[in-house]
Amino acid sequence: MAKIKFKLNGEFQEIYTNPSRRLLDVLRDDFNLTGPKEGCGEGECGACAVLMNGEIVNSCSVPFANVINKEIITIEGFSKTKRYEVIKDAFAEAGGVQCGFCTPGMIIATESLLNKNPNPTDFEIKIGLSGNLCRCTGYNLIIEAVKIAAKEGEGLW
Amino acid sequence: MFLKDISISINKVDNEDKCSGKAKYVADYKLDGMLYAFTVRSSISKGNILTIEYPELPEGYFVVDHKDVTGKNIVKVIFDDMPVFTTGEITYLYEPISLIIGPEKEVLTDLVKRVKISYQEEEPLFDWTDSVIRYHFDKGEGLKAFENEEKIIFDYETSYQEQAYIETQGFIGYPEKDKVTLLGSIQCPYYVKNAVIQALGVDEDKVRIIQTTVGGAFGGKEEFPSLIGCQLAVAIKKINKPIQLIYEREEDMLVTTKRHPSRVHFEAVIKNNKIYGLKAVVGIDGGANIGLSGVVLSRALIACTGAYSIENLDISGDVFKTNTVPNGAFRGFGAPQMFFAIEMFFEHVAKTLGLDPLEFKLSHLAKQNDYTSTMGIFRDPVLMPEMVDKVIKESGYLAKRAQYEKEEFKGIGMSLFFHGCGFTGSGEQNHIKAKVKLKKDKDKVYILIAAVDMGQGVKTSFRKLVAHILDIDIERVIFDNPDTDFVPDSGPTVASRTMMIVGGIVARAAKEVKERFNEESFVVQKQYEQPDYIKYDEATFKGDAYPAYSWGVNVVEVEVDKDTYQVNVKKTWSVYDIGKAIDERIVMGQADGGLAQGLAYGYLEVMKHKQGKIMQKNMTDYIIPTAMDMCPMETYLFDNPYAYGPYGAKGVGELSLIGGAPAVAMAIEQAIKRKVFKIPVTPEYIMELIDNG
Repeated sequence: MAKIKFKLNGEFQEIYTNPSRRLLDVLRDDFNLTGPKEGCGEGECGACAVLMNGEIVNSCSVPFANVINKEIITIEGFSKTKRYEVIKDAFAEAGGVQCGFCTPGMIIATESLLNKNPNPTDFEIKIGLSGNLCRCTGYNLIIEAVKIAAKEGEGLW
Repeated sequence: MFLKDISISINKVDNEDKCSGKAKYVADYKLDGMLYAFTVRSSISKGNILTIEYPELPEGYFVVDHKDVTGKNIVKVIFDDMPVFTTGEITYLYEPISLIIGPEKEVLTDLVKRVKISYQEEEPLFDWTDSVIRYHFDKGEGLKAFENEEKIIFDYETSYQEQAYIETQGFIGYPEKDKVTLLGSIQCPYYVKNAVIQALGVDEDKVRIIQTTVGGAFGGKEEFPSLIGCQLAVAIKKINKPIQLIYEREEDMLVTTKRHPSRVHFEAVIKNNKIYGLKAVVGIDGGANIGLSGVVLSRALIACTGAYSIENLDISGDVFKTNTVPNGAFRGFGAPQMFFAIEMFFEHVAKTLGLDPLEFKLSHLAKQNDYTSTMGIFRDPVLMPEMVDKVIKESGYLAKRAQYEKEEFKGIGMSLFFHGCGFTGSGEQNHIKAKVKLKKDKDKVYILIAAVDMGQGVKTSFRKLVAHILDIDIERVIFDNPDTDFVPDSGPTVASRTMMIVGGIVARAAKEVKERFNEESFVVQKQYEQPDYIKYDEATFKGDAYPAYSWGVNVVEVEVDKDTYQVNVKKTWSVYDIGKAIDERIVMGQADGGLAQGLAYGYLEVMKHKQGKIMQKNMTDYIIPTAMDMCPMETYLFDNPYAYGPYGAKGVGELSLIGGAPAVAMAIEQAIKRKVFKIPVTPEYIMELIDNG
């Protein structure tokens, strides 16, 4: 057991818990942040993706100990931003949302990509989304959404 | 205000909640004092349990097994042969024996590991020898057409496919006086309800099933949830506490139903360069329980001629029982297996005869008023010639096909296919008897049906349909996730039936609501009425097997790496006739997503069992496409309204999966200049084909 301090969706948090717990479980069970989903539990599907210091990570594969003094942003936190609004509208316009289970992770991946590369090529978008599995859409509609977001959100990233 | 073309897309009503993470899936619910259920499973494939020794259970922990089943220990499916919990006989590896239930997951994991079970083991059966269902039908001269004739013979094989919904199977449930309520990730609320009623042996008002947001299903959440729903309901009844039963990925992949592996043997008699007679012998691996396998087989058999008319048929098929995980529903339901086989067979027969495969296929194409394989009639116009012209024009198929004949490791393939919409035969009329309700209350209209939005957009398309008919704002039409306490049984969300069948009834109800719109509040209830012309005999496979057919053409272009034999899909072109799109963007989503699954079935997704054990147990072992695997997809829709579908709509969900595998297999066949007989066409299989000349 250890006392762990970190920043979550803009607020400082300090909790006393087992540091080997998965970040995903801490977010879902201790903070009731259920936007990050468990799809595979082994870092393969990206449904649990969150931002750690601005970088996308699979929260199912991050021991909570690694979060000390880091900043975590989940979809709940990100959804309060202007960038989110642009990405969300782009997903709607392109038809990038079907069952929705991968969607929060896909949106986090989109943010992470555009943050580094505001004008990605198709190939760069594919690489940026390649850690997130979607079984419904066949991806093209999501790739299209990222392109729309990059265009509509010009200047935001 | 809606009096424009209904196909014009609108924003999906659930985008907002799904993007922001607010949408609640089953694992997102927490109930006070909720316990967790873990499953104890067999470690052998066949035999009998001699003894079970459970570790000492801490306070607040419970075991639930077959002795706790207060009703019938059989899960109600179409064919009732699966126990809720085994009474001792083991028929496949990891068969559920009991649940261990308690408050701490770590403790439960440990307890499950410490259960000691001794067995009397028997030799498991993995060969396809034990036929438990056998169907046969013929057409025209039947077998006589083959007497003393020379035949062209080829055999085809398809493998497992896993639905790989990103959200695993699961329920939570709670007791309420003498009633059990389950919330789950399901396609068919009333399948679960009826199964739980039978397992508990209670009246129907003592069971309530509520659908949570579903994170993908693809058939995988058709019948399987009835099993775990029954198990959980039995546990809740016994322990009287809220309980969660949610599978982790590995458990989900090892024990849930998959697409039936198949073998298809074809023989053709040729007269005047056409197939005069077709004989098919089909086998599918049902696994340890029959379940839906018979219905899957019949859909496969009925599709035996593909998109073509053949005068004389002799068609038979078996469901084989083996000591492997039970197979079940998966988008397409037998059709993907058969369309792979028949499309390849037409290709191979044409090549054997020295004919151009596409011309050979087009010369057999079914036309309006032709007889189907079961002597039903294709009653509606068949637009396939125009659809093929369109796909040729857009893809440059003819020039590429000719060019790649001269090149190595490049290929293009075209598949032609249909999908029978709705239940096979008189299933709607005799078994489902779908009911829908529309309730008008002040300025709102409520859609009360059991149809589930599992991502395919039912919530949006149904609200749009009703709003369009009533000519009111979509915000005034309410459609919540089905709750069996409030919605009538409009049938399961399967078989590409939801918009065509349930939507058709809803549209009729909406028209009545419109006539009475000045009344303050009232309910309109409507039931399915089978079109008079549907007469089908299930025993003889004679008559109209489906009320309508959706049609499709896929063209797929590939390159195969000459060193690694990796397949790179370059681009696809598709044309579909689904009657009428209720929302074009939603249909395009179904088109892309279905084709992605169909393509991957053809060349990418490998699942096998070894001595009854599924070898791919997670998303690392079982490869589904990532964004990197995808290529541009062009899709075109042809309107061809069906008289009984709302605005002419037919089925769409399954159609788009069916043509992918044969089209990619044919493209690979051209690229490697070797005949392909099985899917998935993996680099290993390509190497084998090339090495063997």
